[in-house]
Amino acid sequence: MTNAVRLAGIFACGASALALTACGAPRDDDAVVLHRGNLAEPLSLDPHRANGVWENNIIGDMFIGLFTEAADGETVPGMAESWETSEDGLTWTFTLREAYWSDGEPVTAHDFEFAFRRIMNPETLAQYASVLYPIRNAIEVNRGEMEPEELGVRAEDDRTLVVELAHPAPFLPTLFAHYTSFPVPRHVVEVYGDAWIQPGNMVTNGAYTLVQWRTNNFVHVERNERFWDNANVCVDEVFYYPTVDANAAERRVRNGELHLNPEFNGQNLDFLRREVPDYVQVGPYLGLTYYPLNTTQPPFDDVRVRQALGMALNREFITSQILRAGEEPAFTFVPPGVTDYPGTARLEWADESIETRRERARELLEEAGYGPSNPLRIDYVHRATAEHPRVAPVIQQDWQEIAPWVQVSVSQRDTQIHYDNLRAGDFTAADGGWIADYNDAYNFLFLGETQSIPMNYARWSNEEFDRLVAEANLEADAGERGRLLSEAEQLLLDEMPYIPGYYLVNRSLVNPNVTGWEHNQLKINRTRYLCLADVERPAPEDGGTADAPEPEDA
Amino acid sequence: MTGFVARRILVAIPTILIIITVAFFMMRIAPGGPFDLERPMPAEIRTNIMAAYGMDQPLWKQYVDYMAGIVQFDLGPSLRFRDKTVADIIAEGFPVSATIGALSITLALIVGGFLGAIAALRQNTPADYGVVGLSTVGIVIPPFVMGPILALVVGLYLGWLPTGGLDPRYGMTPERLILPVITLALPQIAIISRLMRASMIEVIRSNYIRTARAKGLSSGAVLFRHALRSAILPLVSYLGPASAALLTGSIVIEQVFQLPGIGRQFVQAALQRDYTVVMGVVILYASLIIVLNLIADLLYAALNPKVKYD
Repeated sequence: MTNAVRLAGIFACGASALALTACGAPRDDDAVVLHRGNLAEPLSLDPHRANGVWENNIIGDMFIGLFTEAADGETVPGMAESWETSEDGLTWTFTLREAYWSDGEPVTAHDFEFAFRRIMNPETLAQYASVLYPIRNAIEVNRGEMEPEELGVRAEDDRTLVVELAHPAPFLPTLFAHYTSFPVPRHVVEVYGDAWIQPGNMVTNGAYTLVQWRTNNFVHVERNERFWDNANVCVDEVFYYPTVDANAAERRVRNGELHLNPEFNGQNLDFLRREVPDYVQVGPYLGLTYYPLNTTQPPFDDVRVRQALGMALNREFITSQILRAGEEPAFTFVPPGVTDYPGTARLEWADESIETRRERARELLEEAGYGPSNPLRIDYVHRATAEHPRVAPVIQQDWQEIAPWVQVSVSQRDTQIHYDNLRAGDFTAADGGWIADYNDAYNFLFLGETQSIPMNYARWSNEEFDRLVAEANLEADAGERGRLLSEAEQLLLDEMPYIPGYYLVNRSLVNPNVTGWEHNQLKINRTRYLCLADVERPAPEDGGTADAPEPEDA
Repeated sequence: MTGFVARRILVAIPTILIIITVAFFMMRIAPGGPFDLERPMPAEIRTNIMAAYGMDQPLWKQYVDYMAGIVQFDLGPSLRFRDKTVADIIAEGFPVSATIGALSITLALIVGGFLGAIAALRQNTPADYGVVGLSTVGIVIPPFVMGPILALVVGLYLGWLPTGGLDPRYGMTPERLILPVITLALPQIAIISRLMRASMIEVIRSNYIRTARAKGLSSGAVLFRHALRSAILPLVSYLGPASAALLTGSIVIEQVFQLPGIGRQFVQAALQRDYTVVMGVVILYASLIIVLNLIADLLYAALNPKVKYD
């Protein structure tokens, strides 16, 4: 096709948003092609070296772990056909389904064993290995104190994988849907080493396989014909584009160049709801913005000062007047909607009016010895990105409104510097964000553990909290574990090393022509569930992940 | 002439070495590091990673190792993009930035030169005021305003062109380049037309042009054979550094039109402290400036009989 003809084609298809397959990428055949905006350039496509949601979007389309996400984000069995848990909750025995890598080799328990040992091996430099620390000896292996062979994961035979844990983890299925636990093809990694990830070398066990990766341009994957559930996959090819500029991505989605983008500028919400209401998807997200207070130095070594600042924060104003994109005020540290979690912990003053709270805050500060003769001075530091510069003046105002003798200075830092300072404890009050890696309360509460310093930016150390969390981690019963963690959360809220700010929202723009997109709070939408309305979808066949058998408890 | 070029190239080597050294230490003095991520990592893993990239060594040792690599044309791995080397990243991004930059500078030269010449020849007429007014507008409207406006109007509302990105199958197709090239060229058109106007006005008032006219040469011959040749001299000096800046990419253009160029990569790498990528692009940028300035100087000599290099 000459450029002139192609140019004419582009002009002809014009602004029609629904003409995507024709306009986005001219093709000679009738393959179903999906163009996904994907936030940023992947740092790595190796599941052991990735650490961002945008990498997960690609990697999770190419690989499948023992468990996986359904269209609605729920955890469902993936490579695991069935499993048994020992009575003490420490040994899990998985039976794998019969499945093949994209080069035709069978996926075996040995691939899983190899993968777990590889990610925990300190030489792999896996930044995210720590989420797998519940596995027995994982910490020691990762620190180089034990050999990878001593990790509590072993292949009994080709289809049986035994995982031993350091402590009971009823949330293991959710954890094993995370990309850190994906299998990697041993027969390929051993041949190519780190280059196994390059197009041409890489083989996958998921719905798609890598074709091309052009830096800052796109990642291109195509259907893996050997994927066990291939019959139920509709989209043949996927292009993932790094869409760093949310406004530019918005134009491309509206213009039909992209089918979807998992973000849009929150300030445009009203406008988009008016212009393209069918595209707008907004809902809860398993994450929050919070404000760490450095508990190792004055004034925040005094719990009363921490509580006072927490009370005086007018979250409702921030979410309804400043952010205005569906965010909810946070009065807990663990967002609502976490699995097996009662969610009963709550700031006791959550329902009081801001005026009452401000009054109580003033009393607390006076009790702590502050007043006109001893003013309270706070340096608040925030990230220079996204909505944070818009929120900072409100926080400053909220705290200064407690009393005339509360003085707040505000400064901003580049993200990299900000987190470097937080880790070093070089701040007094700051902002920070946390998005769950997997759907479990501990994934939030570990931030308060003494052993999490320096990730515990507040450097808060509370024996009772540590004891409750440790006890919860030894508890095999999910209900009792949830109760213990909830008790710990209440303590965290009362002591307030972290002021909860607001729960994050999941904002996406999705072309209404895309079917199968289910909004979910993990923000994980695997391409294998998606299709285009103008494409006839294959009839579902047996063997889909949703039909996999229930766990058999021992 | 050959001697001049050889001398300039010899001087360029220590210049680049000094630039590399200054950039290396400036990057390291900046607070924060490549592994300070939004999601923190445990201390053990951090230590391992620092050791793997040699960042646990004293700074002077890191510098020596880096320079040893540079001498062997090894720019090292990216500290953040773990499956890519710096050479990969530059090799993929630079052609995109360079194409857009080269097209923009060409467009700016043709349009800006033409407009500037018209304005000078029709000085103090509506045509002149029009050009001066337009170029003022071109200078004051920055690309980060012009880019989104063009993308919205031409791309989204009129539907004539895509609003961003490259073609996933064919790469840099004309319809993907039109808007970014125009956006990048507009301020340059403004600057070049003003430079051209000023120098043209000066030249057509000079004695040798009066002589040429007095000899009875046609006005076309006077203009193209005599006036233009001198009038573009200031442009040649301007184009050296300007081309280097345009060829190495514009973060604004690449961000607004979502293009995989090296300009956006450079700024992101600097913000994220991807030291090796920043260094690689700095070296590329410095070399380009040196080469393009040399070319500008040689062109200058070719166009201006008063200048001789030996």
